Amino acid sequence: MFSSHRGILLATALMLGASPLAVSGQESGYAGTYPFGTAATQADIDAWNKDVRPDGQGLPPGSGTFEKGQKIYAEQCATCHGENLEGIRDPNLPQGGGPALIGGRGTLNTSKFKITVESYWPYASTLYDYILRAMPYTAPSSLKPDEVYSLVGFILGRANIIDKKATMDAKSLPKVEMPNRNGFYPDNRPYPVKRYD
Amino acid sequence: MDRTHRSEILIGEPVAEGDLVRPPEEDCACKEGMFPKASRRQILRGGGLVTAAAATVLLAKRTLAADEDMAGSWTVPGQLAKSDYGTRSKFETAVRQATPAGTDALTPLQSLWGIITPSGLHFERHHNGVPAIDPAQHRLIIHGMVDRPMKYSVEDLKRFPSVSRIVFIECSGNSGGTARSATLKTAQAAHGLTSTSEWTGVRLSTLMSEVGVKDGAGWVLAEGADGAMLSRSVPIDKIMDDAFVAYAQNGEAIRPENGYPMRLILPGWEGNINVKWLRRLKLGDKPFMTREETGKYTDLITLTGKARQFSWVMEAKSLITFPSGDMRLPGKGFYEITGLAWSGRAPIERVEISTDGGKNWALASLQEPVLPKAHVRFRYPWHWDGSETIIESRATDQTGYVQPTKAFLTANEGVGPTYHYNGIQSWKISADGSVSNVLIA
Repeated sequence: MFSSHRGILLATALMLGASPLAVSGQESGYAGTYPFGTAATQADIDAWNKDVRPDGQGLPPGSGTFEKGQKIYAEQCATCHGENLEGIRDPNLPQGGGPALIGGRGTLNTSKFKITVESYWPYASTLYDYILRAMPYTAPSSLKPDEVYSLVGFILGRANIIDKKATMDAKSLPKVEMPNRNGFYPDNRPYPVKRYD
Repeated sequence: MDRTHRSEILIGEPVAEGDLVRPPEEDCACKEGMFPKASRRQILRGGGLVTAAAATVLLAKRTLAADEDMAGSWTVPGQLAKSDYGTRSKFETAVRQATPAGTDALTPLQSLWGIITPSGLHFERHHNGVPAIDPAQHRLIIHGMVDRPMKYSVEDLKRFPSVSRIVFIECSGNSGGTARSATLKTAQAAHGLTSTSEWTGVRLSTLMSEVGVKDGAGWVLAEGADGAMLSRSVPIDKIMDDAFVAYAQNGEAIRPENGYPMRLILPGWEGNINVKWLRRLKLGDKPFMTREETGKYTDLITLTGKARQFSWVMEAKSLITFPSGDMRLPGKGFYEITGLAWSGRAPIERVEISTDGGKNWALASLQEPVLPKAHVRFRYPWHWDGSETIIESRATDQTGYVQPTKAFLTANEGVGPTYHYNGIQSWKISADGSVSNVLIA
């Protein structure tokens, strides 16, 4: 630190004497790299590196089933999302209640659009990723991989997206075809039209 | 223009000889400020956050008047300096307005001046509450497709060369409640999920050169340390352009509800992706497709049933904050219309005002500095003739993009979820001076 500090002062002094462009002269006092921070160890990374991508990268070992998921759902999820995954609006619940998880197919191009995991979410991996890290709301990050696999199997089974007898694991989950997989396109704004009326 | 206006301006009251020797009598109703629309009786009865706040103002005012009856402030010694964190005058009452579920709190835009939002009034939006984080325990890890995975404490970050920038942050869902309804009464309730602060931190380009970005790394997953572990994928181009990790807001540590001890700042982009309580940046070759960029924060266009994704930029928008919903003008005469304009794409080029429901438009003046990706304050002198009318503002940014009407947005986007909603806001001035939110579709 001291050597680079001195560098700044030196550069400043030189530039002040030479030209009024002292500020740009100081740039040269900034080092290319800095000795701050510490190397992240593999243990540091593994503790937090839980995200899961659509191609399955990040999915842990383990597996789950519809039946196990049904039990976990009743215990951990139904209070907010409803016994039938229909969603609950209740100001006394966290976030005012949980959204519906199933239903809504065929509504997205109507004024009665219903956005759910079944009708809208393009990837099954997102469901795993979100449940693992953020659910249940009152105890986030508390579910084990097997439990999350089971919940994914239960929700997608209830959504009639996968067979209720299917096993969810790191191999099968990325292969799930979500109904709205092709329902998205990259930002195309601003509109190629004059926006005055 | 100014000259003719000036000749008609009559604000305040001439000082009468008697005023100088005896305490003023209690103010008339019209002088209680242009803000509360309700009568004194309604206000004192309370009910609703806005009226409750107004009642506080009134009560405070009476207390002041009573104090002054006994002795003017100039007749006694004042409060001495204390070693403390200062607070505003007890007569100032503007507060954030929390939604019932406690997931949002909106900025009282109609009560503020200039462009900086006081830190304590900066809007809040969170997905599992505000985490309590000990800065000594907090770490930022950068890993994935990098040469040297690194771990930084708050103190580590503070040693790097720093950058300060005044930036607006607007929730993607801001103003969505005005798309097809005029039930949200105030500027705060309808548009209060936008605020501007000066943020200070470390450029991501600096940190990226520290860790060494591997070839093919195109995306960065940003993850928060909150219960929602909120995560978004950010393209590397934005990271290298103007993104930074902030640890300070308006000259002091970031407030807990805004990401203490550190957050991502992506100037001009939707609030959600400015990840708060930032603890992890992971570089990868593809977007991670988190919940907040698939199931949420994507823009379903109901005309087609397809959704716009990765629509990060907040486009040009403006809002008249005075006069605005639920205020009451005391009578015809001069008013300075004022408000805010902003664009996530480019600096604001102009703001136009209509005082006849959109038939005619005139330029407002923009207060310097006009900063890119920050709120800009506009002003327009107006003589209200006392008849019913509608006032509106319309922003244009330096790309030539013009803030659209609500009718345009409905025609082009249908009636889906209203992320990125920037339709022109209309405020109706009734003949009695009351100001209300109206929908002109």
